[in-house]
Amino acid sequence: MKKLFFAVIALASLLMLASCSGGEHDDLYVYNWGEYISDGSEDSLNVTHEFELYYKELTGRDMKVHYTTYPSNEDMYAKISSGTSNYDVIIPSDYMIERMIEEGLLAKIDIESVCEKYGAECYYDYIGEDYRGLFYDPENEYSVPYTYGRVGVIYNTTMVDEEDLGGWELMWNEKYAGKILQFNNSRDGFATAQYMLGADVNTTDPDVWRSVQEVMLRQKPLVQSYVMDEIYNKMESGEAAVAAYYAGDYFTMLDINEDLGFYYPERTNVFVDAMCVPAGSANKEIAQLFINFMLSPDVAIANAEYIYYASPNSLVFEDEGYIEDMGEEAMEILYPEGFNFAEELNSYAYRNLDADTLELVNSLWEDMKITGGLPADVYVTAAVIAVGIAAGIAVIVIRKKRRERFY
Amino acid sequence: MKKSFLERASAYPHIVWSVLFIIAPLIFVVYYTFTDADGAFTTENIARLFTSNYVLIFVNSVCLALIATVICLVIAYPLAYIFSRMREKWQRIMILLIMIPLWMNFLITTYSWMTILEDTGIINSILSVFGLSVHMINTPGAVVVGMVFCFLPYMILPIYTVMSGIDEKLLEAASDLGCSGWQRLTKVVMPMSLSGVISGITMVFVPSISTFYISQKLGGGTFQLIGDTIESYFVGTAINYHFGAALSLVLMILILISMAVMNHYTDAEETERRRIK
Repeated sequence: MKKLFFAVIALASLLMLASCSGGEHDDLYVYNWGEYISDGSEDSLNVTHEFELYYKELTGRDMKVHYTTYPSNEDMYAKISSGTSNYDVIIPSDYMIERMIEEGLLAKIDIESVCEKYGAECYYDYIGEDYRGLFYDPENEYSVPYTYGRVGVIYNTTMVDEEDLGGWELMWNEKYAGKILQFNNSRDGFATAQYMLGADVNTTDPDVWRSVQEVMLRQKPLVQSYVMDEIYNKMESGEAAVAAYYAGDYFTMLDINEDLGFYYPERTNVFVDAMCVPAGSANKEIAQLFINFMLSPDVAIANAEYIYYASPNSLVFEDEGYIEDMGEEAMEILYPEGFNFAEELNSYAYRNLDADTLELVNSLWEDMKITGGLPADVYVTAAVIAVGIAAGIAVIVIRKKRRERFY
Repeated sequence: MKKSFLERASAYPHIVWSVLFIIAPLIFVVYYTFTDADGAFTTENIARLFTSNYVLIFVNSVCLALIATVICLVIAYPLAYIFSRMREKWQRIMILLIMIPLWMNFLITTYSWMTILEDTGIINSILSVFGLSVHMINTPGAVVVGMVFCFLPYMILPIYTVMSGIDEKLLEAASDLGCSGWQRLTKVVMPMSLSGVISGITMVFVPSISTFYISQKLGGGTFQLIGDTIESYFVGTAINYHFGAALSLVLMILILISMAVMNHYTDAEETERRRIK
């Protein structure tokens, strides 16, 4: 039934698309996070356009890159798993790659042999040793890491006292009531509490999840709002003082508001986003050429400088020009010394949860969000209105009855 | 009377459209509501709705939507009346002014309201000059403001349309027969504009009760409405189309019932009026 539903939709959209195609060229469909590639804005390199030129040079054929974005792993998953899309390159996060491999949604890739076939220089070897054979893809058969990073706490130095810094406890500190932003998605939100308590973020024990929910309920009165992208606005304007978010995005905010500071709590989420080819892709070889192209030095550096996330590509993190461009502070936060990537990833990354646990987590989150209801005056006003409407209807009915008697 | 082939054929696109985008989705909603993940029949999804938490979400949504609708009506009714009594040229300009906000994407208007209402926002930075400050963002009040701003034109337009159809002579006649200004309003204008009011209420209440963007941005996610909850079951971490569909179905039924009740009484009033006429 679900398949049929999507088939109907797909058929309809195909009909619309069919009339739009024209000209002889190869196509590549890239599906990526928003703001996650150097796109030519602010004098940066336009990566998709560069690939079209590169492909023309390599094969003599025209190429058209179709680039679309998604806001979350779950959105992307919903589209790919419906089986009707024909994307060629996607960039999911670790736990989602694990799930998609399990469900047979990803194709095996072999960048080296594709490069050999097309006579292209292969850059796969430059991926740092630490970033291969990770838990979600131990044999490196399905994915090539694109970026990695960690979640940290962003705070406004003019509003937060220095002695309160250091841990997740800052997000539970009553001194900053009404100035704290929390993630608006269950996994990241609960994880802040789990890291604070030292609990496993991948537990399947319902009791642990329930106790985490209690901790979140304790935080709720202090939270200004539950946000995702609005965090930029609210931290940049000084509307909020404390928020947890991804390290790379901190620099975007710092550009606008230089009062912001950042630190990693002792335990925190580590993630990898990696390039993959969906099993349903119609252009698997071109997709791998594209992935290889993304690893080439100029492109990889342009991307890393544009999105400000740490890169696993040694052509990037060992490049002197890149290190200079990023500056000392950014390098310290993105590539901290003594950071054991593999160990941290294995301890603190999200893993794919089974369906029952996911369901429980989501309903606990929903419960947490709705607990407390609205202020009483809202209900009173609504009740007054309801009584008013009822009275209005009563008047109409009585009048009608009277008229009936009259005639 | 037999219609020509061409006449019948001209309806086909509409039929295809309705089947594809109205009938089929409705069937899917019902199908998902009464099945579980394995496709077997179940009423569990509906039963789960009647646990206290979900009832509270429905109550919250209805309350806020009611308040927003009434505020819209209170603002829109006098405006529509004034517009309909203006000279034609001015009427056109006024209606254009009402329509202009609709040309802007409502996601952008909502986002702008966020920066207007914030503690460090436009209103508060003006107030701070006088040493005042009002906390507005992330309260139910802010959500109501957002709803009123976004949906007010949908209340004004139908009421205005009906009112501009009221013949000036009827009002004169009412005055001639001794009606005071107030009586003229309650005995002539109000009953005659009732149909516009009803469609205005429908067009404001329905989107208000199911909105999720406005409540997320202006309510800060500190309380949930039915639209937020439905959204989280379709694109959240635990995608559950079945329960999401159950929520949508109950919401639709709720709206249908309230519309039916309203139409029942107001239709009665309307036919009564016609009979007397």
